[in-house]
Amino acid sequence: MKADSVNKKNSQVLGKRLVRDWNLNKWKYAMIVPVLIYLAFFCYKPMYGLIVAFKDYKLTRGIGGSGWADPWYKWFASFVSDPYFPRVLKNTFLISALTILFGFPAPILLALLINEVRNGIFKRMVQTITYMPYFISLVVMCGIINVFCKQDGLFSQIAVLFGGAAQNYLANPKYFRTVYVLSDIWQKIGWDSIIYLAALAGIDQEQYEAARVDGANRFRQMVYITLPGLMPTIMILFILRMGNILNVGYEKILLLYNASTYEVADVISTYTYRLSFPASGTPMYSKSTAIGLFNTLVNVFFLLVTNAISKKSTKSGLF
Amino acid sequence: MNEKLMKAKNRKISLGDKIFSIVNVTVLILLCLITIYPIWYVVCASFTENTYLVSNPGLLLRPHGFTLGAYKMALTHPLLLSGYRNILIVMCVSLPINILLTLFAGYFMASKKVLFKPIIQFLILFTMFFSGGMIPMYLNIRGLGLYNSLWSLILPGAMSVYNAIICRTAVEAVPESLTESAYIDGANDLVILFRIIVPLVKPTIAVLLLYYGVGHWNSWFNASIYLRDNDKLPIQNIMRAILIANSNVLNSAAAENDRANQFAEAIKYSTIVLTTLPVLCIYPFVQKYFVKGVMIGAVKG
Repeated sequence: MKADSVNKKNSQVLGKRLVRDWNLNKWKYAMIVPVLIYLAFFCYKPMYGLIVAFKDYKLTRGIGGSGWADPWYKWFASFVSDPYFPRVLKNTFLISALTILFGFPAPILLALLINEVRNGIFKRMVQTITYMPYFISLVVMCGIINVFCKQDGLFSQIAVLFGGAAQNYLANPKYFRTVYVLSDIWQKIGWDSIIYLAALAGIDQEQYEAARVDGANRFRQMVYITLPGLMPTIMILFILRMGNILNVGYEKILLLYNASTYEVADVISTYTYRLSFPASGTPMYSKSTAIGLFNTLVNVFFLLVTNAISKKSTKSGLF
Repeated sequence: MNEKLMKAKNRKISLGDKIFSIVNVTVLILLCLITIYPIWYVVCASFTENTYLVSNPGLLLRPHGFTLGAYKMALTHPLLLSGYRNILIVMCVSLPINILLTLFAGYFMASKKVLFKPIIQFLILFTMFFSGGMIPMYLNIRGLGLYNSLWSLILPGAMSVYNAIICRTAVEAVPESLTESAYIDGANDLVILFRIIVPLVKPTIAVLLLYYGVGHWNSWFNASIYLRDNDKLPIQNIMRAILIANSNVLNSAAAENDRANQFAEAIKYSTIVLTTLPVLCIYPFVQKYFVKGVMIGAVKG
């Protein structure tokens, strides 16, 4: 009896709250409806589409009409036992690791160097120039790389100048990763340094003053004041980067690689792309979706792990 | 007084610091040269006769035998023209949708005392970390009947959650007293958003326009899987065909024109200049907005 009346009261209170909330916020809800419709159709519906990974998907039958895969992990097993599995996994981690190893510290270094410049005009000039490549589209960027790497291209000419031999660098598996990583740094170093420069501007100037009084030279000031001051920013960006460890720039690889460099250039995403859009034969949508899901889950895993480690060791984390 | 003292101290530079400065400036100048040279090379090569390019490959410091032939070829190319037309259509339709949805989402996420805000906000933010991926999206586009239509380039990217967060940060910075008093005067949220908030967050809207605009202009991958007809492809995909893939997109067009061979190399460079120029031209003027955008994004990370 008593519980019943409490429930009744609660539901009345809830009803009142709902009515009040609606009266107050109906326009806000009206505004968010188009956003939710967009999310439903272009974010959540594809997430539902992930069940393709557990089905024997046929384009003619659609998602609902296609039968379930037997066993349910059929396509994941097929990926793991795929002869290409070790190759694409290794390449993905290697290219990603190299990009992080060289590409992550590069903008930090640039920001430190720019920060040490005393001449304002020179500083602004360096910034304007180094930001520029970021606005060159990927296609054009790879087009430029393509013409520069040709047998008679710019790089071969430079190599010949220094006593080397002319060759097509993009056809040589030995150079693919170098070309990929260096061009990545070339394009992004300036842009990625912006965030660090902003963080540098926030460092308390009195610390430098005190260090100078203690006789620290500029290099030591950089190591003992500037770098620690940057650490929280570095950590947050590092976590975000780690959450994308399996997301190598596959669009760029698609534009740069060819059959002769598959052994070093083929990564998970490019492999799924070729499975789904083969030059000939039937597209393997289910397997490709399974690999994509595997990719996303590994990324989320790395994001959570890095975040946890960072929270423990430096007290700064994403969530 | 204090400033003068500091300047005097700065002037007393030790030898070590001097060397540090010199090395620093040298490294930065070298970096600038490495950044600028490839761009300069492309511009020079686009004005240079093909015969010169073929017989004298290598370092190019200035245009040789100044010619506009490659540009004439490029600008009369039917597929390049349709590429420009398509990307312009996509941008004209996309940008208003992008900005409207981003403003709505930003305004909603910045609002307080809304009962269902936490769950709706979670639904929005969750999509940043988890997504269906390439194939479910592709099948979705086919299922919705957008395949081989320009809408397939417009609707899937109608709003970016990252940009919505930038927008939320900007809306949160608007003093509450302004919206409060408008409420009391009987204005609804739509009026408040467009009459009060929008005029105050104009710089942020400029940043968002730039982000979305450059994003549309530079994208190519979706078009390559969602579109079938060559005359629907946007400019970057045509560029890809010219520069990278020895795709058959251009064969028919090139074969009918002997002049194509004469400028085969130079046309690559001139199309690079033509597609990059619009972005690089406005870039110096909007650089500070871009930088601002990065910082706003950084605050909320």
